[in-house]
Amino acid sequence: MLSLVVFLPLAVAVVLAVARRLPDAAARWTWLVLSAVEVVLVAAMWLRDPAPAASGLRFEERARWMPGVGSSYHVGLDGLSWPLLALTVVVFAACSVHSLTARERPRQQAALFCFLQTTCLGLFAAQDLILFFVFFDLSIVGMYFVISGWGHGDAGRSAVKFFLYTFLGSLALLLGFIGLYLAADPHTFDMVELTRAAPLEGGGAAGAAVLGAILLGLAVKTPTVPFHTWLPPAHTDAPAIGSAVLAGVLLKMGTYGFVRIAMPILPDAWRDWAWVVVAVGIVSVLYGALVALAQTDLKRMVAYTSVNHMGYVVLAVGAAGVVTGSAEQARQVALVGAVVQMVSHGLITAALFLLAGVLHDRAGTYDLARFGGLARPAPRYAALFAVAAFASLGLPGFSGFIAEFQVFTGSIATAPVTAVALLGILVTAALFLRAIQRLLTGEATGHSLGFGDLRVTELWSVAPLLLLSLLIGVFPAPLLEVVEPAAARLADLVGR
Amino acid sequence: MDASMQKQPLELLPEVCLLAGALATLLSGSFLPRQRQWVARLVAVAALLGAVVTAGLDLAGTAHTVYAQTYAVDVATGAVRVVVAAATLLVVGLGVDELAGSHRESETYALLLLSSLGAVVMAGASDLLVLAVAYLLASVPLYALIGASRTGLAAEAAVKAYLLGALANILLLGGVALLHAVAGSTSYAGLSTGLAGAPVAVVAVGLVGVLAGLLFKAGGAPLHFWVPDAAQGADPVAAAFLTTVPKAGALVAAYRLLDALPGDGAGGSGVDWPLLVAVLAALSATLGNLAAFRQEDPLRLLGWSTVSQVGYLLLPVAVAGRSEVALPSLLLYLAGYAVTNLGAFAVVAALPHRRTLASYRGLARERPALAAALTVCLLSLVGTPPTAVFAGKLTTFTAAWDAGTVWLVVVAALNTVASLFYYLRWLVPAYRTGPAGGHPDADQDQDQDGGPGDRRPRPYAVAAACAAATAVLLLGVGAGVVDALVDGPLAR
Repeated sequence: MLSLVVFLPLAVAVVLAVARRLPDAAARWTWLVLSAVEVVLVAAMWLRDPAPAASGLRFEERARWMPGVGSSYHVGLDGLSWPLLALTVVVFAACSVHSLTARERPRQQAALFCFLQTTCLGLFAAQDLILFFVFFDLSIVGMYFVISGWGHGDAGRSAVKFFLYTFLGSLALLLGFIGLYLAADPHTFDMVELTRAAPLEGGGAAGAAVLGAILLGLAVKTPTVPFHTWLPPAHTDAPAIGSAVLAGVLLKMGTYGFVRIAMPILPDAWRDWAWVVVAVGIVSVLYGALVALAQTDLKRMVAYTSVNHMGYVVLAVGAAGVVTGSAEQARQVALVGAVVQMVSHGLITAALFLLAGVLHDRAGTYDLARFGGLARPAPRYAALFAVAAFASLGLPGFSGFIAEFQVFTGSIATAPVTAVALLGILVTAALFLRAIQRLLTGEATGHSLGFGDLRVTELWSVAPLLLLSLLIGVFPAPLLEVVEPAAARLADLVGR
Repeated sequence: MDASMQKQPLELLPEVCLLAGALATLLSGSFLPRQRQWVARLVAVAALLGAVVTAGLDLAGTAHTVYAQTYAVDVATGAVRVVVAAATLLVVGLGVDELAGSHRESETYALLLLSSLGAVVMAGASDLLVLAVAYLLASVPLYALIGASRTGLAAEAAVKAYLLGALANILLLGGVALLHAVAGSTSYAGLSTGLAGAPVAVVAVGLVGVLAGLLFKAGGAPLHFWVPDAAQGADPVAAAFLTTVPKAGALVAAYRLLDALPGDGAGGSGVDWPLLVAVLAALSATLGNLAAFRQEDPLRLLGWSTVSQVGYLLLPVAVAGRSEVALPSLLLYLAGYAVTNLGAFAVVAALPHRRTLASYRGLARERPALAAALTVCLLSLVGTPPTAVFAGKLTTFTAAWDAGTVWLVVVAALNTVASLFYYLRWLVPAYRTGPAGGHPDADQDQDQDGGPGDRRPRPYAVAAACAAATAVLLLGVGAGVVDALVDGPLAR
């Protein structure tokens, strides 16, 4: 069942790539139907077997793949991967709705996004390091082609920068994985077995070096300061749906790697490195927020708020490693906050990037100064943008509040210094309010004159994302029930 | 076994196939008119298929030596037999369009078969004298192949290869003589006992000499200077062959020789050859990459890229005998590399009018299948999963780390990132849309050489490229199966 969910988009991608005579409309609808089927499948799986309370994986599948190097095809879901798998199908469905009006090579674009969807789903389902790495690398290749093929501005250059930078990260990751493999006895790449064995426990320098390599790889992908410089150009030049997937799903691969690989397999080294991770988190939060404040380009601004928002996740997972003098309860709360923040950021930022794409679609620019008073000519756009901005700055009632509240409750309890990062929330609030003011209020000027309001496809791609964010903000219980047991187990593993 | 020479010609059926095929191709080609040379091609293909099948059937056998311990029949020989024969088959396939009906068709096939026989025997040689003979058999046909296209560039490349090859040959023979002098034997079994306690300086000089010869064949630094010239100057057929097949023979031969040395690594023989090979590996990978950065001709770029690939291939050789995954990783990487490299050359052979990276602009729109094949092969050369070379890189990195050479793994990983840059320089234009207007391909080609030549890609080369790309993906996904097949001990 899980393999079907993972590989169905790949099958569709192959069909779409090969069927050269397929009319454009048929290609768009094929993608839409596929993403709807994926949403239904995942929803059905969630309803059938929702909360993996006991330890162990749900929908687990394991098959021989490369026995000679201790790697197998091993997939399964637990409370950490479930929410991200669901997030992936939702974000891709939103993108497929959004591209119902795509004009530029829609068949190839649909094929590429279906391929990307498989890599994202496969990564979150993977329980084997090599399988994880395969999907990790393929997602980079897929996103490279999205940016270079459908981007605008200096897309070629941004795409190459993105590829080189994240590829460097992925090779650091691979070195770390090989280190783990060789340290385990018997040699294995299986995450479950590695978690059980924690091979470099008490390994001193070796453990620190392996974790360093893995952290480097994940930090590039997340991205955290100082490895974030690929992100703003990639986002600025990517197409709207490319940005939505990149920020909504691909960035989560980095932070997911922290909770899935780095923390449970290398608990000892993680505790030693926890303060470094916390510091990087704080710097990312503040630096991301301040740089975002200085942007005049809407898309660059949203890109930098991503650095800020992912900083909260890094902060929380770092704080969860500060074991001495902290309650397990607090570390668990921080971890729950981290996972919820991944989901929340995915939903809200995907919506914001889709909305930013509308600006470019209408006026060919993201420059805030060239718009003004959009509320009058485009009331629906203004309403959705305002909602998304408030959700992103962490207004109570939206998922972002639930996430950031838990992140800070947990983190400040374990490491009081993290309270500094609260300033980040303040700055984010200021910059979003300023963006709303510049973009939406006042008299319509510049490109706002004659600005067409949201079309049906645009409305129905953005609105569901924000609705989900609202739903999680108001009724967080169903999500928390899934995440909490897994977070508790992870807090246990790190503390052992 | 007793010393009754163990003459078992049936054990050498794949080699016999290649030799008989070479002679039959040459003879049939000599007596056939120009327009019926396809018969010679069929003979060559049949011989290669025979070699692949007999070698494949023999792969599961136990490791042993034949002919008085001069030739090893084990998993390494078996894998090289399959790889070399299959690779040569692919070379013949990608060259049909170019060679069919040409005045040198049957001779080319005969030379290809002879050189591939030499590569196989190099890999199987378990005696320094057999190695020296195999070296000559693999080299001499190559010089002819490089020069066969009779252009200025080809002549220069042939002379360069010949001079460097002759030097390497002298070094090899000198090394053999020295090792024989101190060990009292030329068989590897004799070396592993005879060299223990021998004067370290003499062993070192002898070993360096033999390794120099093998490095020339593999095209690794510092004896790589002929490779880029030959890749650019020779026909795509010859270029594809000489950057693939001799490497397989030479690298396995180097592994076998180093594995036979006494002691564990730097121990008994007193020569720190693991460090030497590791430095050579780092040198090859780095030099090849740096030189490839600024190339504009795809063939020359591929030539430098093969130099850097030798660097990665030397990783398991540097840890020969010190990690149990070293030998399977070398064989896996060789198989993956061969099919990937040939796929990239097949794409170039299919598009003879595109001689610069910039001229690949618009390929994805006009020839999506070729663009896809090129993408798969280049990404595989980078080492992106799930392709063949990724499986090879993963296992070779693991082997090198397992033996404690972590610095080399880090150097190789950094080189991998650097290599992405120049492979992208080729891929990026392929996915750019052509210049505005009706038929970009026609306009562009007319700008280049004006003549009304055939603009369509060559069908056999296209088929070879697509077959290779498919094989790259299959080998990558099925790496586990291949890995299990090539896992076994060496015979000595």
